[in-house]
Amino acid sequence: MIDLVLPSVLETLYMVFFSTAFSLLLGFPLGILLVITEKGSIWEKPMLNKVLNTIINLLRSFPFIILMILLFPLSKLLIGKTIGTKATIVPLSIAAAPFVARVMESSLKEVDKGVIEFSLSMGATVPQIITKVLFSEALPSIILGVTLTIINLIGYSAMAGSIGGGGLGDLAIRYGLYRYQTDVMIVSVIVIIILVQSIQFIGNTLAAKINKK
Amino acid sequence: MISIQNLSKDFTNGKEILTAVDNISLNVNKGEIFGIIGLSGAGKSTLIRCINRLEEPTSGKIFIDNVDLTSLDKESLRLMRKEIGMIFQHFNLLSQKTVYDNIAFPLELNGENKDQIDKRVNLLLEYVELTDKKYSYPSQLSGGQKQRVAIARAIANNPKILLSDEGTSALDPRTTKSILSLLNRIRREFGITIVMITHQMEVVKDICDRVAIMEDGKIVETNTVESIFREPKTKTASTFISSMSNTIEDEVINPKDFNGILIRLSYLGNDANQPIVSKAIKQFDINVNILSGNINKLQETNVGHLILELTGDDDQISKAISHLRNEDVHVEVLQ
Repeated sequence: MIDLVLPSVLETLYMVFFSTAFSLLLGFPLGILLVITEKGSIWEKPMLNKVLNTIINLLRSFPFIILMILLFPLSKLLIGKTIGTKATIVPLSIAAAPFVARVMESSLKEVDKGVIEFSLSMGATVPQIITKVLFSEALPSIILGVTLTIINLIGYSAMAGSIGGGGLGDLAIRYGLYRYQTDVMIVSVIVIIILVQSIQFIGNTLAAKINKK
Repeated sequence: MISIQNLSKDFTNGKEILTAVDNISLNVNKGEIFGIIGLSGAGKSTLIRCINRLEEPTSGKIFIDNVDLTSLDKESLRLMRKEIGMIFQHFNLLSQKTVYDNIAFPLELNGENKDQIDKRVNLLLEYVELTDKKYSYPSQLSGGQKQRVAIARAIANNPKILLSDEGTSALDPRTTKSILSLLNRIRREFGITIVMITHQMEVVKDICDRVAIMEDGKIVETNTVESIFREPKTKTASTFISSMSNTIEDEVINPKDFNGILIRLSYLGNDANQPIVSKAIKQFDINVNILSGNINKLQETNVGHLILELTGDDDQISKAISHLRNEDVHVEVLQ
C-alpha cells in the first residue's frame, strides 16, 4: 500500500507546489493591479481595471476540468506533452491565477485607507506604497490567501488526476473506482484530508504569529 | 507661509454637486498655530486635505512659501509633500511595524542609510518620550502614545508645516492636553507652522494663535483667539465658545427671569487688575448683582466673562455702561 500511495503523495505535492508558485507569480501582480488601478486608488486606471476584471471573471467562469482540456495545446507547447504531473502544472497554474488575483485583491483591500493616505502625505511613490505599505500591512491576510490557494490546488490536482494528471486523485480513481479497491480509495482520501488540515493549520498559525494588529 | 486664494472644492455625486469648500481665502503666518474650527460637515477636513492636495481643489490656488502648489506636477508635488507633515484623528500608523519602524518609514522613503535613520529615529523617540516603546507595536499603545508616534513620524523629515486633521479628537481631555503641549513645543523649538482643524474650542483655546471659523464650506470669521473669545462677531463663534464645558451657557440665564438690565463683560486677564465693577457702583447710583462669572485660560492671557444684572435709574445704568466701555472692557447688553 505504501508503495502505491507514497509516489502519488509526492506527485500531488510536486504539482501543488509548482502550481502554487506559478499561480502566485501570475495572480499576485494581477491582484495588485486590480487594487491600485481602481477608482480613487493610488494609480487610477479605470479602463485597465475594467479589462482586468473582465478577463479574470471570464477565466473564473470555466469549470476547471474544461479549462484543463482547453489548455492542452498550451501544455503541449510548454512541456511537450498533455498528460502527466508536469503537464498538469500548466492548467493548474492558469486556473488558479485568477483565483489568486481575487484573493490578493481582497487581502490588499483590507489595508486601512488612512495608512495609504498617510503614505501619500509623506511623499511615497506608488512602488513604495505597494512594497512598504500594502504588502507588509496585508501580509497576515496574504498568508491566509496563499493557504486557501494551496488547498484549492490540492482539490484541483485531484480533479486533474482523472484526465491523466497523476497524484492522489489519479490513484483514487484508478484503484478505488475502476478496480474496486476501496481501501486504496479510503487511504487516498485520508491522506488528502491530512494534507489539507495540516496546511490550513500551518497557514493559520503563521498568519496569527506575524499579525501584530 | 501658506496662502490660500479663492479655494473651492466640489464633490459630484451623480447630478448633485456638493460644495465642501466654497471660495475660501486665508493666510497662515510662519511659526503660527492656526486653528480651523467648525462642526462636522463644515468642510474643514476637505480644506486641510487640499493644503497637501490629498484632495484636489476644484479651483483656486494654494501657495506655500510662494510656490503655487496647485500648479505642481505629480513628482514635484510628491517632493513638496515631504515638507508638509500630517497627523490624523485615527493616527494611521502601520499596524505591522514597530514604533521604531513607523518613525523610520518616512526616512526609508528618502533612501537614507541605516545609521542616519537610526540616529534620527532615536532622537525623535526621545523627543516624544517613547524610547521605552521602541519595539512595541501600535496595537500595544494607548491613544496618546499612538499620536505621539504619529507626530514623531510626521516631523521626521523636518517639515516646514504640520497639518493636524482632528489630531486630538479621538483622545480623552488629559491626553489631548499633553498632545497639544507637545505640538506647542514643536512649534517653539523647530519653528514649524501648524495648521489644525478641530471641532473642540478647548483645543483652539489652549494652543492656537489665530482661528478661522468655518460653516457650510465658508470661513465666517477669522481672528486672534483672544479677540474671538472676547468679542465673537458671529453666532457660530459664540456658540463654539459657549459650548465649552466651563463656560456660561446663555440658555441657563434667561434674561426674562430678571427685572434689571443684563450685561456681559468680557475682559482680558491684564485688565482684571482694575476694580472696574466696584468703581462703577461707587460712581453711579446702581446696584449690581453678579449672576455668573468665569475665566478662560488662553495661551498667552486669560479672558474673563462676567454676567451682571444692573438695577436702578435707567439714565444711571446707561452712563455706567458707557463708563465700562471706556474701561477697555467689552460690554454686551443681553437685555
